[in-house]
This record gives sequence, C-alpha cells and structure tokens, in this order.
Amino acid sequence: MLEIKNLHARIADDGTEIIRGLDLTVKAGEVAAIMGPNGSGKSTLSYILAGREDYEVTEGDILYNGESILELDPAERAARGIFLAFQYPMEIPGVATMEFLKVAMNSLRKARGEDPLKIPEFMKLVKNAAGSLEMNPDMLKRPLNVGFSGGEKKRAEILQMKLLEPKLCVLDETDSGLDIDALKIVADGVNALRSPDRAFVVITHYQRLLEHIVPDTVHVLSQGRVVKSGDKSLALELETHGYAGLIGEAA
Amino acid sequence: MNVHATPKLTASETALVEVFSTRLSDLPGNEAVTLRRDTALEAIKRGLPTRKVEHWHYTDLRRLIGTVPAFDRTAKPEALPVLIGDSHRLTVSNGRAEKAENPDGVTIHRLKELFAKGELADQLIAGVDDSVGAINAAFVSDGFAISVADGVEVQNPIELQNLHAGGQAHSRFTITVGAGAKVTFLERQAGAGAALVSSIDKVVVGEGADVRFIILQEQSEDTTHLGKFEAEVGKNSNLSLFVMNVGGRLVRQEVHVAMPGEAAHFELRSVNLLANATHNDLTMVLDHSGYGTTSTELVRNIVTGKAQGVFQGQIRVAREAQKTDAKMACNSLVLSDEAEFSVKPELEIFADDVACGHGATVAEIDHAHLFYLMARGVPEKEARGLLVKAFLAEVIEELEDEALVTALEVRLENWFDEHG
Ligand SMILES: Nc1ncnc2c1ncn2[C@@H]1O[C@H](COP(=O)(O)OP(=O)(O)O)[C@@H](O)[C@H]1O
Ligand SMILES: [Mg+2]
Repeated sequence: MLEIKNLHARIADDGTEIIRGLDLTVKAGEVAAIMGPNGSGKSTLSYILAGREDYEVTEGDILYNGESILELDPAERAARGIFLAFQYPMEIPGVATMEFLKVAMNSLRKARGEDPLKIPEFMKLVKNAAGSLEMNPDMLKRPLNVGFSGGEKKRAEILQMKLLEPKLCVLDETDSGLDIDALKIVADGVNALRSPDRAFVVITHYQRLLEHIVPDTVHVLSQGRVVKSGDKSLALELETHGYAGLIGEAA
Repeated sequence: MNVHATPKLTASETALVEVFSTRLSDLPGNEAVTLRRDTALEAIKRGLPTRKVEHWHYTDLRRLIGTVPAFDRTAKPEALPVLIGDSHRLTVSNGRAEKAENPDGVTIHRLKELFAKGELADQLIAGVDDSVGAINAAFVSDGFAISVADGVEVQNPIELQNLHAGGQAHSRFTITVGAGAKVTFLERQAGAGAALVSSIDKVVVGEGADVRFIILQEQSEDTTHLGKFEAEVGKNSNLSLFVMNVGGRLVRQEVHVAMPGEAAHFELRSVNLLANATHNDLTMVLDHSGYGTTSTELVRNIVTGKAQGVFQGQIRVAREAQKTDAKMACNSLVLSDEAEFSVKPELEIFADDVACGHGATVAEIDHAHLFYLMARGVPEKEARGLLVKAFLAEVIEELEDEALVTALEVRLENWFDEHG
C-alpha cells in the first residue's frame, strides 16, 4: 500500500535536511510502528506523507497503491484515503467543530462521487463515533480544538479518523498526553478500524501504546532513516536496551 | 480654516458644478435651503480634498473620484425586497422618497416636503474639509425624517433603502429616537451601473434609548459611494452601529459619534470585503464627552486583488469624561500581494481617569491552519473560505438576528466565491 523509497527531504525555508534516505514499505492490513528518539524525524515523515508544504522532497519517492503522491496537495491525498492524526492538533478559532466535520466528510464524499450527507445522517454518525470514544458532546459545540485539553485533542483526532474512514492512517504520538484509561479508549477505537484493506503507521516514542495496538512490524528511525526493522519483539528490545544501545549497534 | 488658492478645477469638479446648474431647478427647498446648497457648491469649487488634507490623507478624493456621471432622470432602480422578515421599508429610489406609512409610534416625513418648507436647512451645513457633507448638501433631493416617540419599542426593523440605477443619487435620513425607545434600522446602499452616491444619516438617540443601526453597502463595482453617519448619543443610552462594505469602486464611509450624555454606550462593528481595485475608507471620529461613557470598536477587513483599505479611528476623550472606557481594534486579513490596508488609530485624551486602548493587526491566512483543514480533505479554496469566514465569525455572529446573520454570510460566501 505504501512504499517509501530512498526519501530525502529538507525544510523548505532553510534547506536543512531532515529525512536522509528513508525506506519503508507497509502492506494493506498491516500495522507498522515507527519508533525513534526525539528529533529523529518521525513527525516530519508524517507531515511529508500528508503533503505539508514546509518540507521539500529532494530525492526518492512515495508510492501509495503504486502511484507517486508527491505532486498531490494535502486535500488530494486525503481524498485518496491518507489520514494523519497530528501530534499537536491545531486550534482553529472561528471554525465550528461540527461545521468542519461536515465540510470534511462531504469533501471526501464529493471526491468519491457521492452525494453530501443529509444533516440527520451526519448528526447520527458524529454522535455514535463520539459516544464510542467517550467524548463529551459539548466539546463538539466549540471551535475546532479550541480550549481542548491535550487528551481531548487526541480523541478528536481519532474521532475524525473514524468519520473519514481513511485507508492509510498515520498516527503521530497519539499516546502522548493520554492517561491510561483514555489510551485504552483510543486504542480500542483504532483496533476497531483495523481491516485487511487498511494500513496503519503508528508513530510512538514508547512501547506503552503498542501493548494496546499490537503492531505487525516495528521500524526504528534515527536521523531521518530507518536503521532497524523487525517484528513486535523489537519494541520490547528497545524498551530494555534504550535507543542508544540499538542505534549504536545499527550504525 | 484651510485657505485654498483658487485651483484649476479637475474634470470631475467641473462636472459636479455643471450637474448642479442643470439640477438646481429640480432640487427641493425654499430660499434658506437653496442658500445652503449654494454655500456647499462654493466649497466644492474650492477643490476636492487631496492627500495633503489630514482627514483625507489615505483617500485622495480629488484624484480618486474619477468620472462624475450626469444625473439620469429616467433611471428606474429595481425594487429590493426587505432583508429581514417583517421589516418596514422606506425606499429612496433614484433620489426620490417613495410614499410610506407610519409604523406604530413612528412618524415619517419625506425630506423633499420638509425642505420645501425650509425645515432642516441647518442640517445642510458642511464642516471644514467635509466633502461628503458638501456634495450631499448641494445635491440632496430627498430622503426621510423619522421620529420614534418616547418609550416606543418598534417591533420590526425599519429598512432604509437608497437605490440607484446609474447616474447620481443623494439622500439623507434624519432620525430622532425618543427617550427610552428601542428600534433597529437597516440601511441598504445598492444599485446597478456607474453612479455617484452620497448618503447621510443624522441620528439623535434620546436618553435611555437603545438603537441598533446596520449599514449594508453593496454598490456596483463602478460606483463612488460617499456615506456619513452622524449621531449624538444621550445619557444612559446605547447605540450599536454595524457597517458592512462589500462593493463600490471608491467608498468613503464616515462615522461621527458624540457622547455628551453620562454613561452612554456606543459600539461600532465593521466588516469590509475589498477586492479588485476598490478603495474603501472607513473614518471614525468618536467624542467621549460625557462622564462614564463607554465604547468598543472592532473592524475586520479582508482585502484581495489590488484593493486599498483604510480605517481611521479617532477617539477623543474630553476633560470632563472621566471613567471613559474605549477599546478599538482593527484586524485585516490580506489575501494578495498587491492588496493593502492602512490603519490610523488616534487617541486624544484630556481626562486622567480613563481606560482606552487600541490595536491593529495585518495577517495572511495561517498556513498551518490551512494545512490542517486540507489534510482532512477540504480542498484549498474551500479551506481558505472556512478560515476567512472564521476570521469574521465573531463580528457577524454578534448580530444574533438569524435572518440578518444568514444574509451577511451569504454575501461573504458570494464575495469569496468570486474573489477569494
Ligand atoms: N519546520 C521545521 N523548522 C525547523 N526545524 C524543524 C522543522 N521540522 C522539523 N525540524 C527539526 O527536524 C528534526 C526532526 O523533527 P521531528 O520530525 O519533529 O522529530 P520527532 O517527531 O522524531 O521528534 C528536529 O531537529 C526538528 O527540530
Ligand atoms: Mg514528533
């Protein structure tokens, strides 16, 4: 489903290279965990997958279902089923959460050639999804992410993922800021979406999340490259030896 | 007084003088009124203001006014349905006030009839460098005098329409709101075809009255619109003025508000949507002269194309006006490289126990926000539209009246579809 080949990317503004020859393949149905120390380029990779303009790809390619997505803007990528749950979801004052959800869902429907949702149908979908994530419905009356706690923002990201039904879900440190109960709720939400035609890239700093969302593959990122890949036991190994030991060994 | 050397008149100034000589016999008024018109014309003959005149520094009227069209006697503006449900409509069409009924507790006269009797002649006195006042005084043909009796709560909004179909249209609305009365006015400035329009509101808000006034200016792209809103706000009363500019080629809307009465409150909210080569100038002069008077001013602008926007906000606090509280803010969102918005805030404070402040920002669309929305599948133009709407949401939603909010949102959406 996703093939990243020898990807090099830099910050558009100042030319600093962050991703330095990254290779990664994720198959449909797979849950791939990306781990790595702070600053190794995990968020940057997620932004590049989503099409953020602040980064410039200088070499290599990203294939999604066999086609390069580098020329597509973020909305076109979303329309093809790519979703990023942000590490730091943005607060957007003045944009009502419900209005935003409706516009987003209908944009994707339009891209797929479907009619816009009728209001009652839309309300029902949102209500059910919010209920399953144990979200306070009052939150949805506020402007997008404004005044949400860290944990509420993460839940809101998963809510959007449930509603938009993407095919490639990139979760960037969705566990940070969540207490253990919230983590379970969010993980259950993700697990419920696992299916043979959907893939997940789960970025995390800690092994904790992977106890709840059990990955098929684990990849260790360091200085903008995948330095080691393995199965879920690699995550446990990291937990005992730390990144330093492992990265040293790979280098 | 400014001493002007006798200048060589520009083509537009000459045109104004010529239109005057052909129009005068049709313009209503007894001798006293005609005298005022002549005086106003003399002011015009001394030359329209240029950027050397302080109040016109950002709007060089002499250069910008462009071609002055002739008055078109045959022009027939299209009738306009009211914007809010059961509003009481008062229409001035091609400079003629249509016959109107009096709603309960409200007395309405056509200005043409009052001018003929010499009433209101003193309202046709223009100030120094007051070109809007002078052009209107010289040419005003009709309008309405509206008086709301003491204690009356006028149920439905009164919609004031000033409509043209090209040519010239000069009208006035003279309004007196009695003590303790409550009323909403919605003024609509609209028309088709190239035109020179002037429109003046003179509003006296009685003690403890509550007045809401909305001006919706949506002139055609080749219209010069010169507007002035003058108000005196009485003791313990409340005036909220909302100005939306979404049209016109050259627009100058002045707001002059005096608050001599204790504990009066004034609010100005303004939304300016500027595209193409529009030049739009909102100029406010606010006098806090009574004790404990309060005001807030919030101006939000979206500018694109080669549009030029101006907000001049002058707040004067008299020595007697202790405990004045005045807050002014002007925020602009600039969507193109060539568009500009100039802000000139001015606080002149002679009292020592006051809380006054102002702030201005100019920003572009936040790229991180745009990315977030697009990453959810919202196409770029639509995502920008959401952010533009978000920028104005606070000001528009404050209006609360659902029909009005919807009507303004529709205008925003149409404007953005075309220019965003
Ligand atoms: N837009 C940016 N501007 C400046 N530095 C950036 C930017 N994006 C990423 N970086 C830098 O790139 C490196 C990788 O960042 P990031 O991808 O956020 O790491 P991670 O998510 O693995 O902690 C860090 O050193 C970070 O400071
Ligand atoms: Mg990160």
